[in-house]
Amino acid sequence: MLKESIKMSWQNIINNKMRSFLTVLGVLIGVASVIALISIVQAVTTNITGQVMDMGANKVSVQLSGTPLKQGLTMGDINELETIENLKGVSPSVVGKTSIVYDGNVMEEVSVQGKNDVHFANTQDLVKSGRSINAIDVESGNRVCLVGQDIVKELFPSESPIDKKIIINGITYTVIGILQESSNLLAGSSNSEVIIPYTTAMSLLSTGYVSTIDFYIEDESLSESTTSNIESVLLSAFNYDENGYTITNMQNILDTVNEMTATMSLLLAGIAAISLIVGGIGIMNMMLVIVTERTTEIGLRKALGAKPSAIQIQFVLEALFLSLFGGIMGLLFGTTISFVGCLLIGVEFTLVSYAIPLAIGFAAAIGLVFGYAPAKRASKLNPIDALRSV
Amino acid sequence: MNTILNMKGIVKSYFLGEEEQTILHHVDFAVNEGEFVSILGPSGSGKSTLMNIIGCLDVPTDGDYILNGNDVSCLDEVELSEVRNREIGFIFQHFQLLPRLNALENVELPLIYAGVHEKERKRLAAEMLIKVGLEGKMKNKPSQLSGGQQQRIAIARALVTKPTILLADEPTGALDQKTGKQIIKLFEQLHNEGKTIVMITHDKEIAKHGSRIVNILDGKLTEHKNHNAKEVNNNGGEQHA
Repeated sequence: MLKESIKMSWQNIINNKMRSFLTVLGVLIGVASVIALISIVQAVTTNITGQVMDMGANKVSVQLSGTPLKQGLTMGDINELETIENLKGVSPSVVGKTSIVYDGNVMEEVSVQGKNDVHFANTQDLVKSGRSINAIDVESGNRVCLVGQDIVKELFPSESPIDKKIIINGITYTVIGILQESSNLLAGSSNSEVIIPYTTAMSLLSTGYVSTIDFYIEDESLSESTTSNIESVLLSAFNYDENGYTITNMQNILDTVNEMTATMSLLLAGIAAISLIVGGIGIMNMMLVIVTERTTEIGLRKALGAKPSAIQIQFVLEALFLSLFGGIMGLLFGTTISFVGCLLIGVEFTLVSYAIPLAIGFAAAIGLVFGYAPAKRASKLNPIDALRSV
Repeated sequence: MNTILNMKGIVKSYFLGEEEQTILHHVDFAVNEGEFVSILGPSGSGKSTLMNIIGCLDVPTDGDYILNGNDVSCLDEVELSEVRNREIGFIFQHFQLLPRLNALENVELPLIYAGVHEKERKRLAAEMLIKVGLEGKMKNKPSQLSGGQQQRIAIARALVTKPTILLADEPTGALDQKTGKQIIKLFEQLHNEGKTIVMITHDKEIAKHGSRIVNILDGKLTEHKNHNAKEVNNNGGEQHA
């Protein structure tokens, strides 16, 4: 019986191909937009999260602006910060701008960063060739440096800079390594940077203070308590003046990004859901027309012994098939849109795993909900009136 | 002879606004097994209403209706559809075939609702189409067939469930005279095979082919034996107005 109902419903759809297609257009567009929006937002989120992760999700950054009484942290403060539990390492940065000279060529206003070995240990792909700054360099304040790609191009166009001597702020340093070409838009470019041990920077650069400190956390689950420990040390270092520093937790940034994209997905899905409802109304409208059109047929089927439930099942199935057809078409269409969209935005496309059950489920629900009323109406038709309407 | 259909004191009234209008006035009507009864009446006489009640498409306002031993005068919609499927074979004036289905599929329809399996369904439907002389037309759609052939499909469809009664509503009404005669001949043939037929018509000449004619006028029945009938099944039902 069900097999026959399925067959009859399917035949009715096939016999009116154009009309069936136009009827499901609403559901098609609805499902396509849900799939496309969710996929694109998901791809963009994955991309942003990836970039933030690259910057270090287990990293807490502190910007030190200083107070009128104390402009930055002393070595003593840094030593105290290093004793905090659950830290893989502490990486202070000293930033300055100065001129560098090699072989009579001068580069003005070059960003010189004072870093330590922890920074290199926790940042991937930083050094292209040569070696990085090690603990001994930091401890003894060695005059060594790594140079960025732009500086290599400018000062060493035809030779390797390694082991060459350059003059930074009037003092001679040995080049020990070349920095990797950087393309991370979020992190800022390191191509025109020179990196020296931060201890050296503190004594030899005119700024002399640590401007930021990155803390690398061991166990991310304890990130919050570790952050508050860091804060309490900083608070006492700056004489309980909160304006001396700003703490940026990467996990917080990640959470904010995720929260934002989740809200955006929900909002966009909500808008798309409206188009699904409109599509459902389209199906209901067409089913009502079909019921009116086939009144005589319904009357005949009833006269031949069809129970009201058999009539109802047939029409609900017809609405279900229409809607599922729209859902499947929408899924294909939406996937294509999101693929092209991702290609245009320049993020990697991945099919969201729950897209298929979501599309099919939504479409089926729409078919059942909006097919029910017309089918009920068909099942309640009086066979005498229905047969009379020839 | 076995009385297959027995109606007693059937009343059918409708409300037109607040006014109650009685279409059938205490109708008594009975049909024996193997009879061919013509119900003759002009339009507005109540013959369609009577047909609807005989065919279990409608229930009477009052009175008893025993069909094949079962009281069918106060059944609900689901029970009525079962009775229609099992006991009644409808033949309509305008054939009422589904245009998208071919002849065989049209004949299969009542068997689908009877829950017969596909193979058996096809076999029974084909058998009936051969019986009504449409052996080579099984795959044809109704639109590819003549009016007479379409009515033969409808007759095959009515016969396929082996119903208690064949109920024909103006079966020749949409056909030319020659084709109409052929259809009536088929009815007579079925009657000779022992089928019970109730035919509703407004045409006296057509009505004469029945073994018994019941006149209906203003919702009341009068009856006379049809002496022109080629074969007479006596012991007809009761008559009364």
